[in-house]
Amino acid sequence: MKGRVLIEGSASGPLLRLTAPLSFWGGVDPKTGRISDPRHPEYDRSINGTVLAIPQPRGSSSSSAIMLELIARGLAPAALLLGEADAILALGIVVAREMGHPTLPALELPVAELERLPGGMITVEVDGTVAPAAAHKS
Amino acid sequence: MTFALTAADQALLEGAHGPAAAMAMRIVAEAARLMGAASLVPVQSAHLDGCLYHGDSGVHFAERMIALGGKVAVPTTLNVGALDLRHPGRDRFDPETRAMARRLMAASEALGARATWTCAPYQAGHRPRLGAHVAWGESNAVAFVNSVLGARTNRLGDFLDLCCAVTGRAPCYGLHLDAERRARLVIDTSALSERLRALDAFYPVLGAFLGGEAGSTVAAITGLPADTDEDRLKALGAAAASTGAVGLFRAVGITPESPDLATALGGDEPERRIALTPEMLRAARDQLSTAAAGSDRIDAVAVGSPHFSVPEFRALARLTGNARYRVPVYACTSRASLDEIEREGLREPLEVAGLTIIVDTCVVVAPMLPAEAGVLMTNSGKFAFYAPANTGFATVYGSLADCVASAVAGKVTRDESAWT
Repeated sequence: MKGRVLIEGSASGPLLRLTAPLSFWGGVDPKTGRISDPRHPEYDRSINGTVLAIPQPRGSSSSSAIMLELIARGLAPAALLLGEADAILALGIVVAREMGHPTLPALELPVAELERLPGGMITVEVDGTVAPAAAHKS
Repeated sequence: MTFALTAADQALLEGAHGPAAAMAMRIVAEAARLMGAASLVPVQSAHLDGCLYHGDSGVHFAERMIALGGKVAVPTTLNVGALDLRHPGRDRFDPETRAMARRLMAASEALGARATWTCAPYQAGHRPRLGAHVAWGESNAVAFVNSVLGARTNRLGDFLDLCCAVTGRAPCYGLHLDAERRARLVIDTSALSERLRALDAFYPVLGAFLGGEAGSTVAAITGLPADTDEDRLKALGAAAASTGAVGLFRAVGITPESPDLATALGGDEPERRIALTPEMLRAARDQLSTAAAGSDRIDAVAVGSPHFSVPEFRALARLTGNARYRVPVYACTSRASLDEIEREGLREPLEVAGLTIIVDTCVVVAPMLPAEAGVLMTNSGKFAFYAPANTGFATVYGSLADCVASAVAGKVTRDESAWT
């Protein structure tokens, strides 16, 4: 499948598909990269290095700052797959690029396609192609 | 998506107004591209949410903007910082964190913004007029300025609000456009009892339900009392922007541009209608309490998210009377409201009762609650949502009257009769 490229890049990582909306502010600890909202179904999972699929945005506009801080600390996801383009998370990546930090790809994909992605390793390519990683697992 | 910059936009991008404006313009233009905006729109004011310390990266960005000569180009207010500058010594930050938090607040002021330090700038003198295009951050403030004042902004993330303030422009898409402000979802409250709809505690719960159902969809809410005041709409929007991504709701017959349902819907049929039942509402209410059901323990009470208004302080004083609180009680507010309640003579009696008044920040963004986490009672849907992760406290939700009664009794005391 192919998403709309919000932030260009290539990456691979294990899929982490959120099963409930997540506000990064108040929901992800920027010092550890773990989901810190005890009510969230994926509570305590680390988002660091994952291909993070977020079907629905929620919550605080400070999530841009949490995204930037995760990038600056090397705790960011490998890629973001958003069910709905959101000027909040992707913007944290835009600012990270201005500040000279490494960035990560962000794509917009229909929620139905996010739901169909199989678990396991996922690769994201520069043109927005999203696919299960071929046979070899690292 | 084709994206048109005007000659003036292009000049900013090329550095005609200096390197800070050029950097800000690159970020604004990139945000416009990612959101599929066709152009930029000039804005009349900004409210910045980037002054709360989340880590050194945000401080470095603000200081980069200053080093490049950045200044806001439109009247701009500041959201909460991490420190109560009027009452130092109340937080438990380590000295390094406190120093960085102070640096970020200083940088935010140095950019030329007003040191309002409030998440309710609309109750501290910053009230854009109906139809004005603005660039606001802070999710509750966005919901309020769009819904209650009828001005127009998208939900801007931290940094983008600053870049819009420095360039005086915002990406023109979403809630700047008539078509996108049309309600697509109808939430009908008219089957609920009038007694419930008259309760202050109803509004955050309605907001929590709205956010969960609507996500970022604009909803029209019908059946609310015509005299619903702005503090109730503030509480509704703040909860909806916590459980969802609500930037605009239309309270039919109450908020601007929504005199009737047909107008709120822009003449079209809604995609969905929900008739609220007491069961749905109770489920939304119960989400706001994470403390063990059946326990009546409380260790602290906090109100004022969004920041407490002067009328809310008057209500708190009335409910408190001459009583004394048996647990710590915190009210978070703006400097502007604190100055006003001092003039009215409300501050001293409330402090005698045991109230701690916090300005410039709040107890969910800075470590100010008692060091040992326990159970926090609140009347705020936003506090109820963010306190467990941010403070470690479990929450109990109740009305302002319940919060006062519980603080006085030293245990949870709630009147739940209207909810059944």
